Amino acid sequence: MTLDRSTVLTLLAVLGGASILAILNQATASGSALHVPTYVIALAGKYLCFAMLALAVDLVWGFGGILSLGHAAFFALGGYAMGMYLMRQIGTRGVYGNPMLPDFMVFLGWKELPWYWFGFEWFPFAMLMVVLVPAVLALVFGWLAFRSRVTGVYLSIITQALTYALLLAFFRNDMGFGGNNGLTDFKDILGFSVQADSTRSALLVISALFLCAQFLMARFVIRSRFGKVLIAVRDTETRTRFLGYRPEAYKLVVWVLSAAMAGIGGALYVPQVGIINPGEFSPGNSIEAVIWVAVGGRGTLVGAILGAVLVNFGKTWFTGALPELWLYALGALFIFVTLFMPKGVMGLFAKRMGKRESSAAPGPATGRAVG
Amino acid sequence: MSEADTLLYLDGVTVTFDGFRALNALSLVLEAGEMRAVIGPNGAGKTTMMDVITGKTRPDSGKVVFGSATDLTRLDEPAIAALGIGRKFQKPTVFEPHTVWDNLLLALAGDRRPRFSLWARETGEERSRIEAILETVRLTDQRGRLGGDLSHGQKQWLEIGMLLAQEPQLLLVDEPVAGMTDAETEQTAELLREINKTRSVVVVEHDMAFVRALGVKVTVLHEGSVLSEGSIDHVSEDPKVVEVYLGR
Repeated sequence: MTLDRSTVLTLLAVLGGASILAILNQATASGSALHVPTYVIALAGKYLCFAMLALAVDLVWGFGGILSLGHAAFFALGGYAMGMYLMRQIGTRGVYGNPMLPDFMVFLGWKELPWYWFGFEWFPFAMLMVVLVPAVLALVFGWLAFRSRVTGVYLSIITQALTYALLLAFFRNDMGFGGNNGLTDFKDILGFSVQADSTRSALLVISALFLCAQFLMARFVIRSRFGKVLIAVRDTETRTRFLGYRPEAYKLVVWVLSAAMAGIGGALYVPQVGIINPGEFSPGNSIEAVIWVAVGGRGTLVGAILGAVLVNFGKTWFTGALPELWLYALGALFIFVTLFMPKGVMGLFAKRMGKRESSAAPGPATGRAVG
Repeated sequence: MSEADTLLYLDGVTVTFDGFRALNALSLVLEAGEMRAVIGPNGAGKTTMMDVITGKTRPDSGKVVFGSATDLTRLDEPAIAALGIGRKFQKPTVFEPHTVWDNLLLALAGDRRPRFSLWARETGEERSRIEAILETVRLTDQRGRLGGDLSHGQKQWLEIGMLLAQEPQLLLVDEPVAGMTDAETEQTAELLREINKTRSVVVVEHDMAFVRALGVKVTVLHEGSVLSEGSIDHVSEDPKVVEVYLGR
């Protein structure tokens, strides 16, 4: 597989940036001018996890024309699977010191671990679930939706309903996922303390590695003949049918893949922020992910990563300086990008370099798919 | 005419949209290797007939038989395309973000499943097939251009090229010369005659000069059924046809 310049730059920026931050955190004294404080490491790791979610959204929206307004649900499910592993690692160090049951279950008076918690103390099983749970949900949902030829704004609405339904379900205490408070108070991951600076630096670098791997995989998919069919389905679905393709099969494959990618992002997110709760399912999160992609440039993959990092960096700064204005700023940003930068930040780059835009790039960010 | 030579057989096909009879007990027989022109005023049911044959619309009643015994009314669009029926739309629909080459590549007959296309590599055989089609539809110089950047006439030809790439037994072509210059119309007629040497073709067209230039059997549709059938001279002298086109 040949690598073009923007791909190499992206890989270098993600891996190099994360490594430098990790090294500056680990190898310098805390008083040094070069020292990177641990909270920066945790923030950067969080941005990279969001970038995985953005990449997943761009794959289905930018190339398949499926505007998902519920993708954070897959991210959160991956996060919960990781959270369950981390809860089981607490062991007797919980407030109640129960070796089997997490604190919230003891508090609810439960006597034994629900069946669906079994196996999660075992890391490989939990990691399998990180990918499998979002993928299976996506498979069932996508099979029903695409087979019935549900497209455009109707599909977007049911993806919102999906994440909202999960939000309500996970809020309930008797679901067995910690209800309102979710899963938290994690102690260690694979024997390393989740609070330790070294673990946080390692998690940042691992997130960077996974992001790069996902980026390369997404790139392989869209440049394959499969990807060409997918782009054709995005623009003229009917035509592909008369050519003998089954658009629903193509959408389903990319949709399931995308859900698994989002799940991995969520799994890496949880140990770095230290908590997973039903709030991660809130419809607003999924919409924010779409905005990241629009800002970066839909249908470019690199733009999704860039958009997620830029917008979240802006959010961190904004919520510190003028917290009550953040949602207005985000809304204004979305309107601005839609009206004046339909190809996002990547579109600006393409213009600057005097090149014609990527042949695969779709029209305006809020084209047909938004309706 | 023997049964064995029949490629497509429509028998009493009726399609109703909210009480409007788009097709009214339409019957039509197409022989293998035949080229047929279908004409008729707006609303005569020409496009609906194409929709029924390609699986986009299911008839309320009637039979559509392809080849010896395949009932098309039970199949969906991809299945019918796989059987060997290709369709060219009235408005040229090529894949605009893809190059001419890739448009043809996606249309080439072959495995359509994701598990194949994900790993598929362009083979030498595919390349030579694409080259041959580029030659036929006169787009050899345009291979690297994006579908969206082609002129209207070039898009029409690319779409015909995509149909050829599918290697269908039967081509349905909806108004191929709408919006073309005289020279392009001439070339298109030539192209269709060339294609007809190896495949059966149904052409829906408004342009009478073009239909005359094709020189094939003509079916005139009116209000969803066949009004007249025969050579262009025969149907244009048919008093029923004259009345529909000129009367009222």
